Amino acid sequence: MYDVVIIGAGVVGSLAARLLSKFSLSVCVLEKENDVAMGATKANSAIVHAGFDAKEGTLKAKLNVKGSQMMPKICAELGVDYKNNGSLVIGFSDEDKRTITELFERGQKNGVKGLEILDKAALSEKEPNISKNAVCALYAPTGAIVSPYELAIAAMGNAMDNGAELKLDFEVKSIEKEGEAFVISSDTEAVSAKYVINAAGIFADKIAKMIGDNSFEIHPRRGEYILLDSECGSLVSHTIFTTPTKMGKGILVSPTVHNNLLLGPTSEDVEDKTDKATTEQGLENVLNSTGKSVENIPRNKAITSFCGLRAVGDTGDFIINSPLVGFINLAGIESPGLSASPAIAEYALELLENQGLKITEKADFNPIRKSAHYFKNASIEEKNEIIKKDKSFGRIICRCETVTEGEILEAIRTNPKPHDLDGIKRRTRAQMGRCQGGFCSPYITEILARELDIPIEQVTKCGGKSIINIGKTKEEIQND
Amino acid sequence: MTELVIIGGGPAGMSAAVAAYDSGIRDILILERDTALGGILQQCIHNGFGLHKFGEELTGPEYAARYEKMVFERKIPYKLGTMVLDITEDKVITATNTEDGIFQIKAKAIILAMGCRERPRGALNIAGTRPAGIYTAGTAQKFVNMKGYMPGKNVVILGSGDIGLIMARRMTLEGAKVHAVCELMPYSGGLARNIEQCLNDFNIPLKLSHTVTKIHGKERLDGVTIAKVDENRKPIPETAEYIPCDTLLLSVGLIPENELSKTAKVELSGVTSGAIVDQNRQTNISGIFACGNVLHVHDLVDFVSDEAEIAGKSAAEYIKGKAENKINIPIKTDGKIRYSVPQVITEEKDITVYFRVSDVFYNVKVNVKNEKGEAVFTKRRPKVAPGEMESITLKKKQIIGSKELFMELEAVK
Repeated sequence: MYDVVIIGAGVVGSLAARLLSKFSLSVCVLEKENDVAMGATKANSAIVHAGFDAKEGTLKAKLNVKGSQMMPKICAELGVDYKNNGSLVIGFSDEDKRTITELFERGQKNGVKGLEILDKAALSEKEPNISKNAVCALYAPTGAIVSPYELAIAAMGNAMDNGAELKLDFEVKSIEKEGEAFVISSDTEAVSAKYVINAAGIFADKIAKMIGDNSFEIHPRRGEYILLDSECGSLVSHTIFTTPTKMGKGILVSPTVHNNLLLGPTSEDVEDKTDKATTEQGLENVLNSTGKSVENIPRNKAITSFCGLRAVGDTGDFIINSPLVGFINLAGIESPGLSASPAIAEYALELLENQGLKITEKADFNPIRKSAHYFKNASIEEKNEIIKKDKSFGRIICRCETVTEGEILEAIRTNPKPHDLDGIKRRTRAQMGRCQGGFCSPYITEILARELDIPIEQVTKCGGKSIINIGKTKEEIQND
Repeated sequence: MTELVIIGGGPAGMSAAVAAYDSGIRDILILERDTALGGILQQCIHNGFGLHKFGEELTGPEYAARYEKMVFERKIPYKLGTMVLDITEDKVITATNTEDGIFQIKAKAIILAMGCRERPRGALNIAGTRPAGIYTAGTAQKFVNMKGYMPGKNVVILGSGDIGLIMARRMTLEGAKVHAVCELMPYSGGLARNIEQCLNDFNIPLKLSHTVTKIHGKERLDGVTIAKVDENRKPIPETAEYIPCDTLLLSVGLIPENELSKTAKVELSGVTSGAIVDQNRQTNISGIFACGNVLHVHDLVDFVSDEAEIAGKSAAEYIKGKAENKINIPIKTDGKIRYSVPQVITEEKDITVYFRVSDVFYNVKVNVKNEKGEAVFTKRRPKVAPGEMESITLKKKQIIGSKELFMELEAVK
C-alpha cells in the first residue's frame, strides 16, 4: 500500500509528487495517458502570471502570487527554462484604462510587487511594435514565461529519482474505500493508498464522483494557439495581454522561453472533453485579435497550431478541498494554474498533514536535476569534452533546433522515460523547429526503435494507434 | 585556412566542387550532413534526371553517382555526417561531427549548396487534430525509398508539385490507394510529364482549386475534409467533402534552407528566399557563392549542375585573385515574371538569365528593356508556367551600356 497516490501527471500532479518525494513516503502517480504532461500542461500559454487577475482572497489569487514567487528556484533546481520577461496588459480606450486601474489595485491587494501604469509613450518605449492604438498599459515586472511541459517532466523525473513511482496508461476506473485504504483500480490493475490526491485535470470531477463527491463539475473550455517561427521571437519582449473578460485573459502575444512567438488562446466552451481539434474560425480569430495588439505580426511565419482544453470548475475558483478524509481534490485548475502549481503542491501537502499524514524529511533527497538542455548551453570546449567521451553528441539529428543524438539518447534513458516521437519532442525540442520533424523524424523513429528494441512499425507519434509506418515496403518484405 | 569550402554534397555541391577543381583549385572541402554524398537525389529513385546533361534518362541515384565518380576520381576531400552550425561574415565555418567534434574552418571562398526544406502542415494552419499520418512528401519519400517503410495505405495528397506527383505514383506502386491529389491553384505546379506519368497513368484524380480544410483522427489520421476554393483561394464551405484516409502527404512548397546564409549576413531575396546573386552566383558577400536549390528551387537537376558549374568556376577565379567587378546592373522583373537569377549583372559578357513566371501564360514575348525603355532582347514563348523554369541568353552587346534591365512578359496579339 502506498502512502500517497496522485491521480494525474500534469504539472500539478508532478510537482506534488516531487514535493512528497522529499519525505519518507511511498508515492505513486497514476496517469491515464502514455506520458507525463498530456493534458492542459502541454497546451497552455506558458505564462507565470504576476497575479493581479484573480479576485483578492481567492485561492487563485493567493496561490498564483505564491507560486510565481516559488517558480524561479524550482526551475533552477530542475533545469527548466524560465524567463522573467514581464507582462503588459494594454488598453485602447477609457474603459480599458479603468479596467487596468482595477487590475493595478487588485494586484496591490494580492501582494504583487512592482506594478506600474504606463502611458502611451512609456508603453511604446518598452515595446516599439505595440499597436499604435494602444493608449495605456499595466506593467507587471514579475510576470514570467516558462516551459510548462518541461516543468512537469522534470518534476516527475526528479520525483522518480527520489523514489516516487509513475504508472502510465493507468486510467482510474473505480476507487473503493477498504478500511483505512483507498483501492484505486484500472481495468487491469489496482493499487491501494492511505491518501489520494486528485489532480486529474479535465476529468477531476469524474474521479471525485468515484468516491461520492458530486459537489462540482468540470467543463472544458477550448483554447487555440498559433506558434510562430523563432525568427519572430523578438517582435515583443514582454507578454502582451489585452484587458480580461469573463471568458478569460484574452488572446495574447508572447515570446516563449525558446524564442518562438506564441499567439492565443481563444476561449470557447465546448462539450467534448476529448476533442482537441483546432478550428478554422478559432485560428483566424487568433490572427485577427493579435493583429490588433501588436503591429506587423508575420502571419506567414506560423510553424504550428494547437489546442488545449481548460479544466474550468463551476465554482469560479480552484476547487481544493477534502470531501472525504484522506482524499484531496486539486480540481478546476485553469488559469492561473500553471503559475500556482508549486504553491498548489504545497497546499496539498498542508491538507494532507492536517489529515494526519506524518512526514519526515529524507536525508538523501536531491532536488537538483540536470537540465535537459545542458549540452546546448555548454561552451564549445565543454561540448567537445562531452563528445570525446560520447560521440553521439557530435551527430546532429534535429537540424532546426540543433539537437544531437546524444541528447535524444539521454532523454530516452532518463526518468520519466518517453516512448514515442512526441515524448522525445517535448523533452529535447527535436521536431519543434520550423520543419516540424520533416527532416529528423525518420532518424528519431530509427533511434527509438533501436533503443526500445521494437520494430520500426511499432514506433508511434504519441502511443496507442498513432503508428508512424504501417509496415515495410514490398521490396523490404521480399528482402526479409 | 581552406581555400574553398562547399556546404552540401548534393548535386549542386558536387558539381561546384568538380568545376572548381577543373579550374585549378585543389584545397577544397565538401561538408555534407548525410552519410553519403548525393543529397536529395539519393531518395529520388524515379528516372528523368540527366536528359539535358547526359542525354540519358537516369534515376536520381544514378545521376548523383556520375558526379560522385568525378569527385572520387579527382580525390576531392569531403566530410560526411557533418552538420554546419554557423558561418560568419568573414567566412569562419563552425561544424560538428562524431569524429572531429565541433570544429572551425576559415575559408577563402564558400559555396552555399544546402538545398531546401519542405513547408510543413503547421505553416498552412490547417485546422483539425494533430494525429500521426501526416507527412511532407519528401519525408514520406525518405521512409519509403531509403528506410523501406510505408507511411500508410489510404492516401490523400495536398499539392501537385513534382514531389506530390512522384509520391502519388510511388505510394501506388507500393500498394497504397491514392484517393486524390488536391491542388489549391487552378493549375498544377509540377512538370507536365509528371501529371501524365504519375496521375493519369494511374487514374489518380487531380482536383484543381481544392484544398484540405480539416484534419480528423485522434491518434492516427481518419480522414480529411477537402473543399473547392474560390478565386481568392478561400474554401467554399458548401463544397466540403470528407475523404477517409490514413495518410496525408503535403507537397506545399519548398523553401531554400538559408539559415546559415543568414548567419553569414548574406542578403536574401524576398521572392526566392535564396541569396541575391550576380551572373557568377556570387552573393553580396565577396567570396560567398550560392547554387542549386538553396539559391532558387529548381525543377531539373541538370540546371542545378549547370548553375553549380558557374559557381564553382567563379569561386576558383575569386580564389586565384580575380579583380572585383565594378559594374552593377540590377535586373528588375514585372511581377508576371516572378524573379530572375541572377538578380544583378556585374560583368559585361554573355549571360543566361533563368526566371519563373507567376501564372500560366500563353503566347507571350519575354522582353528585356534597359532603363531608357529600349528593347535589348525579345523572345516568343507559346506557353510559360510557374512549374517550369525558363531561361534566356543575353549577349554581351545587348547588355553593354545599360544601367538597369527590366524583364517583362508581353501578350502577343
